[in-house]
Amino acid sequence: MTTTGNPYIPHLATVEETWYETGGERCIKTFKVVFDEEKVREAWSHRPGQCAMIGVLGEGESMISISCSPTEGKFLRFSVMRMGKVTQALHQLEAGDKMMVRGPYGNSFPIEDWQGKQILTIGGGIGQAPLRPIVEFVKANRDKYAGLTMIYGARTSGDLCFKGEFEEMSKSDDLSCHLTIDVEEEEWEHNVGFVPQMLLDLNPSPENTIAITCGPPIMIRFVLENLKKLGFEDEQIYTTLENRMKCGIGKCGRCNAGNMYVCKDGPVFCYAVLKDIPEAFA
Amino acid sequence: MSAMLLNKEKWPEFIGKLAGKNLWAPQAEGDAMHFAQVKEGETPGLDFGNTRVPPKKFIFPQTETMYRFQLGGTNIEEPVIDDEVVVLGIRPCDARANKIIEKLFKWDVDDPYFLARQEKVTLIGLTCTEPGLNCFCPSVGGGPASTDGLDILITDLGENYYLEALTNKGEKLLGEAGDLMVEDKGDGAKAKEKLVAAAEKKINRTVDTKGIPEGLPGLWEDPLWKRVSASCLGCGTCTYLCPTCHCFDIQDEIEGFDARRCRMWDSCMFEEYTLHTSGHNPRPTRRERTRNRINHKYNYYVDKFDVIACVGCGRCINLCPVNIDIVEILRQVKEAL
Ligand SMILES: Cc1cc2nc3c(=O)[nH]c(=O)nc-3n(C[C@H](O)[C@H](O)[C@H](O)COP(=O)(O)OP(=O)(O)OC[C@H]3O[C@@H](n4cnc5c(N)ncnc54)[C@H](O)[C@@H]3O)c2cc1C
Ligand code: SF4
Ligand code: SF4
Ligand code: FES
Repeated sequence: MTTTGNPYIPHLATVEETWYETGGERCIKTFKVVFDEEKVREAWSHRPGQCAMIGVLGEGESMISISCSPTEGKFLRFSVMRMGKVTQALHQLEAGDKMMVRGPYGNSFPIEDWQGKQILTIGGGIGQAPLRPIVEFVKANRDKYAGLTMIYGARTSGDLCFKGEFEEMSKSDDLSCHLTIDVEEEEWEHNVGFVPQMLLDLNPSPENTIAITCGPPIMIRFVLENLKKLGFEDEQIYTTLENRMKCGIGKCGRCNAGNMYVCKDGPVFCYAVLKDIPEAFA
Repeated sequence: MSAMLLNKEKWPEFIGKLAGKNLWAPQAEGDAMHFAQVKEGETPGLDFGNTRVPPKKFIFPQTETMYRFQLGGTNIEEPVIDDEVVVLGIRPCDARANKIIEKLFKWDVDDPYFLARQEKVTLIGLTCTEPGLNCFCPSVGGGPASTDGLDILITDLGENYYLEALTNKGEKLLGEAGDLMVEDKGDGAKAKEKLVAAAEKKINRTVDTKGIPEGLPGLWEDPLWKRVSASCLGCGTCTYLCPTCHCFDIQDEIEGFDARRCRMWDSCMFEEYTLHTSGHNPRPTRRERTRNRINHKYNYYVDKFDVIACVGCGRCINLCPVNIDIVEILRQVKEAL
């Protein structure tokens, strides 16, 4: 979406609220932002799975998943891990500060096609960011989906994002939420162990189910293996790729995995397609 | 479209007509030819081998300002690209390359900078009568007198230059110098044809590309990639100097409070190109990066845009410091098929 005709020009947005999801060196901060211009606000529409280039003038831009569902309202949410130059600069922003946003970019989860099915999300760490819009979308359209099961893990309880929301969810009957951390901690009431193992232990039926997994490459690899063990067909499995990006619109060439530009043809891929793309799991 | 003959004695006058424009032509600089702006009174000749750096900068500059802003401010100022440019002496392969990368810059979303520059540039090409040692344009769909992407083609017939207008832009420009030339009655065309046939015969390097685009995916794990990349230094010369390489990086540049966001040529032969911030790298060694370079040109681009993204200019062969040779790589690919 552009209003000037130049797809590289970002739109001015204001940070309305921020909070930390996690602590430590690579802490994750969430930003709720709203476009300044009414015209931009009205023209903007995104779908679960899409991303945006967000940044600070003079510091650069980074591709970040839009971590809210359009069903939540006319704002955007980004959860950003502090990694390097740009994300460091983003972390300086507080409520009232300005952020530059362009997008939305990439394809999206074919969430309408999944109506009537069981949705199973399997996330690790910051990988829950692109999954959260699915969870919110299904929650908002609960009657259209057979059910929602969520598996989410991180290294420690302090590394889990959106914790409050999930604890809320675990109380509900037809949305089931399963949290796990890598090693034992005092006062931790949920599972201990790696995400792929927890998936096996839960043993979800592949029948009428779509499984979506996002997280570190190594976790994705084992999750895919285990989904196959559980009898999931390639067509029932979705994931996202996160190659390095600069333009977001299929020009800079940087994000290719085989003949796919992840910024255009992805980031969402069905495993049936992805398994034939060389480099996808390199 | 008209075809004219220009007696070489009138060449300085012809240049004089163009000199009022923003004219660029190959000029010697050290041991190489480079495109430089023609200053008043200068009369560039056309007797030269191809330039070391391809003239892609006229549509895709090495560094392009995307927009300007003040540090701490939020106001964005887009540059205006309205400089007319006339490029004299561009080789047919380099002009063809522009058309090839145009497909990407027009794909799905228009790239405003590229398209604005493309519109403002007039390309006057020069038939290659003495192809270089490593030219292989006919193998990849071009030729020493290919007209794709050109507005005018000039052929050196000895006593005369033979000028063909190929587009309306070219026709208009020729018209402005019409009084210096005479219309060709067919002799020029014939003479050109002969020269081109002779030039084609002088091209020694060839590769039969049939089957390569379809065959490359099956060679993904072939040992050839390790072999052909073993001596690569990762310097990026092959890609910087390639007229069809179009990948770029985006960076902010700051001088005091004046700042600009710009894009600049980048190279897939660099390790940082694909390096994730987490440290993970999907193309960790030169083997994967070389494999990507060849696949991008001879497989992915063909898949998406139906054309090989290599025009056979030979620069990557001439200038690789360790003599890695794309024709030889392609020969090995054919052998492995
Ligand atoms: C589809 C997709 C979705 C993503 N979603 C999320 C998400 O939801 N949350 C999240 O946290 N991450 C996400 N990421 C990852 C995120 O994009 C990267 O972590 C982020 O871009 C890192 O940027 P950085 O500047 O902090 O890192 P850096 O490693 O510092 O560098 C990134 C870029 O900044 C520039 N740069 C860095 N240092 C310098 C320097 N010294 N001088 C000049 N330039 C410099 C370079 O151009 C470099 O390319 C996603 C990535 C993709 C592709
Ligand atoms: S020019 Fe030669 S050494 Fe340099 S990156 Fe290219 S292939 Fe490698
Ligand atoms: S790959 Fe080499 S021969 Fe082909 S266009 Fe690029 S520089 Fe020229
Ligand atoms: S990010 Fe530039 S091509 Fe995908």
